[in-house]
Amino acid sequence: MDLIFEYRAQLLSGTLLTVQLALASLVISVIFGLLGAWAKLSANRIARRFANAYTTLVRGVPDLVLIMLVFYGGQVTLNNLGEALGLWGYIEISQFAAGAGTIGVIFGAYFTETFRGAIMAIPRGQIEAGISCGMPRGLIFRHIIWPQMVRFALPGFTNTWLVQLKTTALVSVIGLQDLVYNAFTAGRSTGQLFTFMAAAFVIYLTLTAISDIALRALDRRYSVGGVRA
Amino acid sequence: MMEQFLAWFPLDISLIAANFDRFLYGVWLTLNLTFLSLVLGGLIAIPMAIARASRHRILNPIIWAYTYVFRGTPLLVQTYLIYYGVGQFEVIRQSWLWDPILSQAWWCALIAFTLNTAAYSTELLRGAIVDTPLGEVEAAIASGHSKWGRLRRIILPSAFRRAIPAYSNEVIFMLHGSVVASTITLQDILGVGRWLNGRYYLAYEGFITAAGLYFLIVLAITFAFRKAETRYLRHLTRRNT
Repeated sequence: MDLIFEYRAQLLSGTLLTVQLALASLVISVIFGLLGAWAKLSANRIARRFANAYTTLVRGVPDLVLIMLVFYGGQVTLNNLGEALGLWGYIEISQFAAGAGTIGVIFGAYFTETFRGAIMAIPRGQIEAGISCGMPRGLIFRHIIWPQMVRFALPGFTNTWLVQLKTTALVSVIGLQDLVYNAFTAGRSTGQLFTFMAAAFVIYLTLTAISDIALRALDRRYSVGGVRA
Repeated sequence: MMEQFLAWFPLDISLIAANFDRFLYGVWLTLNLTFLSLVLGGLIAIPMAIARASRHRILNPIIWAYTYVFRGTPLLVQTYLIYYGVGQFEVIRQSWLWDPILSQAWWCALIAFTLNTAAYSTELLRGAIVDTPLGEVEAAIASGHSKWGRLRRIILPSAFRRAIPAYSNEVIFMLHGSVVASTITLQDILGVGRWLNGRYYLAYEGFITAAGLYFLIVLAITFAFRKAETRYLRHLTRRNT
């Protein structure tokens, strides 16, 4: 316990980085999820194909493989491309960008399914009612689709976000100094790996529990007026 | 998918081919870790799910706490805790468990994966048991089934079937999760990929081969579950009239 207190700064900075990385990747994945859902529901066949290929590919390959491919391979690709085009010199992909970007894109595929299901759950007649009232598309989205989409998507969103938060632990493998990385190095240098991994374990549990409770409160708020089976 | 990759990227295919036996061994290790933990975890999950669903006064809160903790933390941390952590205690290092089991990466991975998938499977199966149509249970009571007979003949077979679609996700997640093994020195598919890249100083070959192999396994799992669903969930599909 004293040791953990001694290394509190390291654990705290790791926790902070984990939270930042998770939130950054969440923003990316929500954008990808909305785009993916839009593509899957669009009348355009190419968009649908593209979205299907995206979700199939992501579901087929483990996150860590993709993170490593982007971190090590993406670096080389970018530099070769820059050299060939003569547009930019040597670039180094930061571990944070590789981690947040890859995890964001991966979970965008899971959010695609969540959002698609939520949009499909909105009765078509309500959107038609909006059109017949002369509402422009933006207004229909803001007043009819969005509030109900949030309601229908929240349970799935909560699950996906919890998985995403836990997945960020993998970035420690490419050397990003997140909670796992810092706890591991602290444990190594003190010879008390169990103590520090247990500390990381408890911190992750706290983070997921807070998310769980907060999102459930939000779910209750958005369920107001709805009928739950 | 993989052919497209190969045509697009300037990959050293001869190197992949020369080391393909290693990749096959990686496939074997990934599959045996994934499926052994799924089988063991599934076996543990069945009694735990029954205890949860029947709201056993003592067992229910304990099992709930277990599943909450294991579902609320990353598999990577669980695996590290066992593989790197347990050695901190002198008592364990002196015990009979240390030499053949807890000092071995494979065993530590198996234990961590099993505990993890057991937690998820328990909640999944609990949901399926709780959702059993009341009529099925009433019919079982009416035909004179005992409590145990009801569970064994009616509730569990019905719940197992209805859990198939959700369980297919758990199987794929477990396969994805098994890459954690490569972080504790094991040569699973990703482990071999990392080894190849490190050995020959490559950027893509190892990872892309690994990605392709994982993709094929996921396709096979998806296919198998689709078959299982059409077979075991036929009574729930909509009839074409």
